[in-house]
Amino acid sequence: MPSNPNIGDIVSRSGGQSWFYSDTVKDHFFNPRNFMRDESEYRDAAMGMVGSPACGDAMKVWISVDPITERITDCKWKTFGCGSAIASTSMMSVMVTENGGMTLEAARKLRPQDILARLGGLPARKIHCSVLGDKALRAAINDWYRRNGQPEKIEEEQGRVIDPETKVTDKDIEHAVLDGADTLEKIQAKLKVGVGHPECLPEVEQLIRFYREKYFGT
Amino acid sequence: MKSVYLDHAATTPLDPRVLKKMQPYFSDIFANPSSFHSPGLRAKEAVDEARKSIAAQLNAHADELVFCSGGTESDNLAILGTIRANRAKVKHVVTTAVEHHAVLEPLRHLERTGEIELTVLPVDKTGMVSVDDFEKALRSETVLASVMYANNEIGTIQPIADIGRAILKWRKANKTPFPYFHSDACQAAGALALDVEKLHVDLFSLNGSKIYGPKGIGLLFVRRGVGIEPLVRGGGQERGLRSGTENVPGIVGLAAALEIAQAEKEKENARLTQLRDKLVEGFLKIPKTRLNGHPIERLPNNVNVSFMDIEGEAAVLYLDAQGIYCSTGSACASSSLDPSHVILATGVSYEAAHGSLRFTLGRSTKPADIDYVLKTIPGIVQKLRHMSPVNLDMRYFA
Repeated sequence: MPSNPNIGDIVSRSGGQSWFYSDTVKDHFFNPRNFMRDESEYRDAAMGMVGSPACGDAMKVWISVDPITERITDCKWKTFGCGSAIASTSMMSVMVTENGGMTLEAARKLRPQDILARLGGLPARKIHCSVLGDKALRAAINDWYRRNGQPEKIEEEQGRVIDPETKVTDKDIEHAVLDGADTLEKIQAKLKVGVGHPECLPEVEQLIRFYREKYFGT
Repeated sequence: MKSVYLDHAATTPLDPRVLKKMQPYFSDIFANPSSFHSPGLRAKEAVDEARKSIAAQLNAHADELVFCSGGTESDNLAILGTIRANRAKVKHVVTTAVEHHAVLEPLRHLERTGEIELTVLPVDKTGMVSVDDFEKALRSETVLASVMYANNEIGTIQPIADIGRAILKWRKANKTPFPYFHSDACQAAGALALDVEKLHVDLFSLNGSKIYGPKGIGLLFVRRGVGIEPLVRGGGQERGLRSGTENVPGIVGLAAALEIAQAEKEKENARLTQLRDKLVEGFLKIPKTRLNGHPIERLPNNVNVSFMDIEGEAAVLYLDAQGIYCSTGSACASSSLDPSHVILATGVSYEAAHGSLRFTLGRSTKPADIDYVLKTIPGIVQKLRHMSPVNLDMRYFA
């Protein structure tokens, strides 16, 4: 990662790397599949939302599920974000509905890496833009179980490892923010996150802002 | 496909007239201006002539100009050079929150290393710094003040002459040569008056790549008597302030570009202002759109708007696919996730900053290009808004 985030005339959008997107990413970005056109028809569908526009990414996912087979029959979404955020949500909606639809159990196991593989990869610095889609999906799955009388099947989000070196998870960051560590410097002093793996810092900053807004409204 | 380049604040193409003037100095008159032989002398004459021409444009003396590699080096030399040369006496610097990184980063570095105390003045909603705030920030140990002439992102033109006068008054009252006054004029050089006497600047940064001149050439005006030391030492070129063999074609090109820009600026400004205002007016017809920067005191070629509920990078890519080339202050995937520090400094919400787009017009911009952009953008904004889960209310319109 370049040490200076401020390459370029405005602020670097790419940290010095090209934002070259694969043909599949471009296709899904310019011709997004399954995006939500009319929310009123989905008022009763299960829904999950993550992110916030202040962080630069926000996603909302709706699913319809066959109650017998528990397969996803329809998946709609809305995304506020850059090219890779839009493309990865679009690809996710295809993956969970193709071939008769994924079961909720299988859909829960969908990981950002799976979506990235189908997209033909993303520039390294864009990967953090794509990690929200599967989270929104899991939130929608929980909502479906809640609406369909199976609250025991609701799975709280497990902590997701943000920094493979320190094994710091998003939950760790959430708790640290709640304890008052509201800047990257304070989080790093507390968790040492990203010291040996600076590639994760953009995501750490995004999480700090997200939790700060969630709990403190700032 | 149509190709509409609206990113002239990032860089401009080389004017063919400038290229023609530069051409002899690559292979024909190629010698080192420091050499004593006749070819060297011819190169030296070209540099001297360019220096005289630029001095005349700036109402400065020829020996007050230091050629260097570009705007960034010019800003760094102004800041690091004067602070280091005067470190024994003074240690405080005043600047603004909307400066270019080439000013803010060296200053923040010196602040981190404890070499200076830094006052970063806020700006108002239009991106303008207040002369009042400025006067109040000055202290007996202030060595330098740095305020850009016109902003590269939102185009806001700062009251440089007023600030310059306030500094002169302060220096007189306090019987001190400090603070020196530096202004980065890289974005302004093609459109605004550059008289260093009227602006009361002591240090003034210009470059070639924003005024249809070559890239890789810049200039620092250093008023006689200003204490400054070099960043680059060696053979002692540029009166010892910037060693290294002169970039002769670049220097010739910078002079030619500046002559053309200054000679044509009134006519070109009038033309661009009309196109700019048409573009702004068209954009503002789209609901939930905000103009960033000052409505009047802005560069004639700058339009910066935020389309709420959408993210700038996605919009840039959709426009790119239609042959329209512009920039965004969104921060998607920058290693700091902060969007544009300039737009945030004007008090706009993060959401609006993420949706900001900059269109900077230039000599190639025709009325038909503006029509094309205005015809293309509503569909793109509408499509991205349809895809967006965000629907912010008007309170976000700071």
